[in-house]
Amino acid sequence: VELFFFFLFGGAALATAAYVIIAKNPINSAISLICTFLAVAGLYVLLNAHFLAIVQVVVYAGAIMVLFLFVIMLLNLAPEELGERRVTFLKLLGALLAAAILITLSRWFMSSEGPVPHGQTVIDNAAIPETWGGIRSVGEVLFAEYLLPFEMASILLLAAMVGAVLIARRGGVQ
Amino acid sequence: VSIPLSYYLILSAALFSIGVLGVIVRRNGLVLLMSVELILNAANLTFIAFAKYHQDLHGHVFAFFNIAVAAAEAAVGLAIVINIFRHYRSTNVDEVRALRG
Repeated sequence: VELFFFFLFGGAALATAAYVIIAKNPINSAISLICTFLAVAGLYVLLNAHFLAIVQVVVYAGAIMVLFLFVIMLLNLAPEELGERRVTFLKLLGALLAAAILITLSRWFMSSEGPVPHGQTVIDNAAIPETWGGIRSVGEVLFAEYLLPFEMASILLLAAMVGAVLIARRGGVQ
Repeated sequence: VSIPLSYYLILSAALFSIGVLGVIVRRNGLVLLMSVELILNAANLTFIAFAKYHQDLHGHVFAFFNIAVAAAEAAVGLAIVINIFRHYRSTNVDEVRALRG
């Protein structure tokens, strides 16, 4: 059953991710990207990361994609600005590079020198308690060991907010 | 039935490659930013897969910070795209060459 859901969510993530970069209209890309994020959130649930699955849905599929859709609709791109689709040398080169990255990474993951040592390749479900990866267990690590980085993240978000307002303001930076 | 860790790693490598392909191929600034989000998601998936494999919650915390940084990056990136659109009436990143020497 777990394997079925892995292939379901994984296949959905790959298909919608591919459509993100194929789609001509940025709105189609954005909707497809939301589906990718939801599929990845499903994979997080399979990996016992319940808290991060919720965060993924709320922050990524919710907040960030609303921001994207809002900007797309704000810009109101004319059809001719969506760009024509043609095969160029650059696209061919890009496809080759992406394929090379995929093959190299996959070969390394499968090899014996890779990050997965032989003998224990399967993730052990039985050893993991039910609440592992929930809000309480993640929060205990987050607020005990990573309290300072957590506060730094809030400062980073504040700085990004001020910067975004300043950059996007009509008239720009004075 | 448990899933081998390498399945997750290969899936995230594939997502990463799709994101890289999008950054290289697409010239629309918005789709470029979306491809960057795909790359960040692939990295997060790797973090969480390894976190379960090692039964170590530090990977979850790192992925959490990754999401926070991605939110900040998206906000600033979209503000830049809006400004580029105001100047050039287009989101095509190839037309932005004012800094070219």
